[in-house]
Amino acid sequence: MFSLEGKRALVTGASGGIGGAIARGLHAQGARVALSGTREEPLNALAAELGDRAHVLLANLSDTAAVDGLIGEAEKAMGGLDILVNNAGLTRDGLAMRMKDADWEIVLKVNLEAAFRLSRAALKGMMRQRAGRIINITSVVGVTGNAGQANYAASKAGLIGMSKALAQEVASRGITVNCIAPGFITSAMTDQLNEKQREGIMSSIPAGRLGSGEDIAAAAVFLASQEADYVTGQTLHVNGGMAMI
Amino acid sequence: MSESNIEERVKKIVVEHLGVEEEKVTKEASFIDDLGADSLDTVELVMAFEEEFGVEIPDDAAETILTVGDAVSFLEKNAG
Repeated sequence: MFSLEGKRALVTGASGGIGGAIARGLHAQGARVALSGTREEPLNALAAELGDRAHVLLANLSDTAAVDGLIGEAEKAMGGLDILVNNAGLTRDGLAMRMKDADWEIVLKVNLEAAFRLSRAALKGMMRQRAGRIINITSVVGVTGNAGQANYAASKAGLIGMSKALAQEVASRGITVNCIAPGFITSAMTDQLNEKQREGIMSSIPAGRLGSGEDIAAAAVFLASQEADYVTGQTLHVNGGMAMI
Repeated sequence: MSESNIEERVKKIVVEHLGVEEEKVTKEASFIDDLGADSLDTVELVMAFEEEFGVEIPDDAAETILTVGDAVSFLEKNAG
């Protein structure tokens, strides 16, 4: 089960912890992967680690022209696209009353608008193929909210609504659109937390540990697989029980 | 490009895409009312016409293409 042999996947934000783990997970199931991100060095290192069936596509998702070119590049590099994982995201935290316009705009642009633009472009080929998978990486805070993250929470909640709308539009063509909502996952983002924040988080996670990239990758492999063909418009929460929705 | 050639190519795309019998694909036939297309089919047909004829069909023009004949006359004016 869950073979991705012959499938072609694009993972954005593949230079990050979660994106890299997702790319490794899809690749391990047999998929060809295009690794997209802004930092060439970790992307090349990951591609070298994976060996065959790995391509590096540099793209800055705050640059609209780069976003609009990325799907075409991925299709060219791999001969098509079966799986799109919109994983790239950034935070610009701050209390709303003090939040700068630029911090709102960049978070919405990269986390939500880029995901829409990439999905729209990817759907063309997927409609023709009568098959496809779009997986949007949202966050538990898109559902629960989080003080200091009005921009980030809005972008992640937006991904969930967008996924449901897209899922309804393309379900009849064999294309599914789903979200994965990680809780607290060990990554560059959680490494920035201080000890007190970390303790507070741990006490709220019934599983008693932070999640790993592999926990998210496993969910992505499932949603990308043929076996998940009847799952669409859903949000799969992978959070050790910290929020049961 | 001859006009009949455009009409033939349009009809071929419609037959292939919607899986309908060739006789039903007349110039008067409405994609949605007569040929059983849904809104997503019409989007796909427009994309297929764009690809086949190498033209861009803007959204406001696409909205006016309701029948096979509408598509043929748009492409006669704008293709090649």
